[in-house]
Amino acid sequence: MNIVVCIKQVPDTQDVKMDPERGTLIREGVKSIVNPFDLYAIEEGLRIKERMGKGRVVVMTMGPPQAEDALREAIAMGADHGILISDRAFAGADTLATSYTLAKSIEKLGSPWIIICGKQAMDGDTAQVGPELATWLNFPQITYVSKIIDMGDDRIKVERLTDYGYDIVESSLPCVITVNKEINEPRLPSLRGMMKAKKFKAEVWDSSSVEVDRRYIGLDGSPTRVVSIFAPPVKKGGEKYHGEPDELARHIARKLEEIKII
Amino acid sequence: MIDYFLTEEEQMIKELARKIAEEKIIPKREYYDETQEFPWDIVKVMAESDLFRIFIPEEYEGLGGGVMALTLAVEELSRGCAGIALAFAGTALGTFPIILFGNEEQKKKYLPRVASGEVVAFALTEADAGSDAGNIKTRAIKDGDHYVLNGTKQFITNGGEAGIYVVIALTNPEKGARGASAFIVEKGTPGFSFGKKENKLGIRASATRELIFQDCRVPAENLLGKEGMGFIIAMKTFDYSRPGVAAQALGIAQAAIEEAARYAKQRVQFGVPIANFQAIQHMLADMAMKLEAARALTYQVARNIDKGNTKIAKESAMVKCLASDVAMEAALNAVQIFGGYGYMKEYPVEKLLRDAKITQIYEGTNQIMRNIIASQLLKEVR
Ligand SMILES: Cc1cc2nc3c(=O)[nH]c(=O)nc-3n(C[C@H](O)[C@H](O)[C@H](O)COP(=O)(O)OP(=O)(O)OC[C@H]3O[C@@H](n4cnc5c(N)ncnc54)[C@H](O)[C@@H]3O)c2cc1C
Ligand SMILES: Cc1cc2nc3c(=O)[nH]c(=O)nc-3n(C[C@H](O)[C@H](O)[C@H](O)COP(=O)(O)OP(=O)(O)OC[C@H]3O[C@@H](n4cnc5c(N)ncnc54)[C@H](O)[C@@H]3O)c2cc1C
Repeated sequence: MNIVVCIKQVPDTQDVKMDPERGTLIREGVKSIVNPFDLYAIEEGLRIKERMGKGRVVVMTMGPPQAEDALREAIAMGADHGILISDRAFAGADTLATSYTLAKSIEKLGSPWIIICGKQAMDGDTAQVGPELATWLNFPQITYVSKIIDMGDDRIKVERLTDYGYDIVESSLPCVITVNKEINEPRLPSLRGMMKAKKFKAEVWDSSSVEVDRRYIGLDGSPTRVVSIFAPPVKKGGEKYHGEPDELARHIARKLEEIKII
Repeated sequence: MIDYFLTEEEQMIKELARKIAEEKIIPKREYYDETQEFPWDIVKVMAESDLFRIFIPEEYEGLGGGVMALTLAVEELSRGCAGIALAFAGTALGTFPIILFGNEEQKKKYLPRVASGEVVAFALTEADAGSDAGNIKTRAIKDGDHYVLNGTKQFITNGGEAGIYVVIALTNPEKGARGASAFIVEKGTPGFSFGKKENKLGIRASATRELIFQDCRVPAENLLGKEGMGFIIAMKTFDYSRPGVAAQALGIAQAAIEEAARYAKQRVQFGVPIANFQAIQHMLADMAMKLEAARALTYQVARNIDKGNTKIAKESAMVKCLASDVAMEAALNAVQIFGGYGYMKEYPVEKLLRDAKITQIYEGTNQIMRNIIASQLLKEVR
């Protein structure tokens, strides 16, 4: 039974800059990392295997050849296997084409027990791939999972964190879950894992090894287009007041009245 | 940066130890320094990432890395916090006697436990036997298939927290130092308890505690080597472990230089960053020179040990002494460069100064190190 974890390689936003004229991210010289949420997804996959004493943790990523490094990181943490879905024909995919290609790859892999995605990608940020993946596969989906309460061969019970509080949800398996940062604390790689990762060669699947309908992949399979991207205007620092407490309180009350909050 | 031609595995160990220091140790070092609690959560992280395996031979579930691997790991961890790093380095100190002198059964029984993260301690020092280790009073009297231990060890790193202890005790007091033997004693053995836990100047995340033996019956099979080998075992152990203390000192010195240089670039006085002043620059230059020299010697001695060179007492003493003096000076200079801010707990350099001091004292004071170096030197020169 496969515990499938979908991970995305993203630019490290600490370094990333935007090209304001072309409205694109400047990716040259920027370090690539595993999407931070996906580290939690990998960790949860490993924990499921450890807790249940069975299953094989398979990490999957769609991306360019260098996305193999993301898989390598997962192997260093303890994942059993990594698959790189890579082909020029997949390039330019939006979330729909990405999730379609991932779904077809999971079908090719076979016997999924559970599929784990991060809540969202740090760059694309749509949080769509997980739910769309479930839809393509015709599996149930549980988003924003903050805790797996109970899991068996064919049922799972989880807690999910929403804007209004926590939901407790049960589902049949296989299903797709997306996880947030409350769910665990990702482990660091181990030395034995790092040594394994050093030798690791990803299994690479291209558009001929995955059974895809070419109308749904890559740029052609992508109904959305990014028209432009821009950085939001920087928030101003706000105003600072200094003085005695009661004087300050009066001042703030006056300000709040002025802007009609009280 | 000087290239020390680290192997791929050594590079990995260094990277991993740095990651642990950056992500796990640095955020919590202030807490552990303040509370003097034992950093079990971080020890667990180290264990899970296989760090305890690096100095254990492969036959016993280790990675067979040796002293060089240990040195790299301890240096990086100590750059984060020398006290927290000592839980690990002290374990290596306690494990070397078993690696070097344990029989097959002892190695099989204990080394895999260490490999998976069990903390170990090494107990030689007593109230009246510090530098003069030959003056220990703890007795071990053979009684059938057991030895009965009586006595008190003090200032024992990892005391109370470790599961495994290597204890030096006299089996034949008439013979003095030649009458000492080494024993493996497990926590929980009846008659073995813990006394005073020290409240320390530095390395406060490390547990330093008294071990008390009252008619403590230790199975005879826990004798390491033969009766009478206790001091040979202790001295050989130090030959292997002193580069670890040097590594701890290198990490402290490295942190001191990084902190001081960063601060000097930011702090403005007389309208310019203080890094513009030659007096500050020269301090930094001295720190950097001495650190690199100490590092080069430490790595070279570590590699010598790993290549099987056994005549290393002098060289091990050299690196321990040199690196710790360098760390002390670097930490002092760092505080000086920070000025009044350096004296305050909000800044990281006062801790470096407190932590650096111990490296000149334990595993043999630097006076004793110089004694060892000189006596060997005088023997070599005819
Ligand atoms: C700068 C930039 C330019 C873009 N340009 C275009 C464009 O020109 N045309 C276009 O159609 N789209 C474009 N995209 C969108 C891009 O295709 C999406 O980023 C991608 O489809 C994934 O969506 P997401 O990043 O929102 O992921 P989310 O839906 O937020 O990710 C959720 C989770 O899904 C999984 N996941 C996401 N992606 C992958 C993957 N590749 N492999 C495995 N698992 C994955 C991970 O578990 C992740 O945590 C662009 C995005 C960016 C950042
Ligand atoms: C935090 C900490 C952790 C420790 N951990 C351990 C441990 O895990 N296991 C263990 O067995 N011990 C441990 N020790 C003990 C440590 O090794 C001793 O403290 C050290 O060897 C010095 O002994 P002492 O404290 O009795 O000092 P003393 O021997 O009393 O020395 C006092 C001073 O006299 C000087 N001196 C002594 N003899 C000579 C000489 N012949 N020539 C010149 N100068 C001399 C010394 O250099 C020193 O300056 C630890 C100590 C500390 C503080």
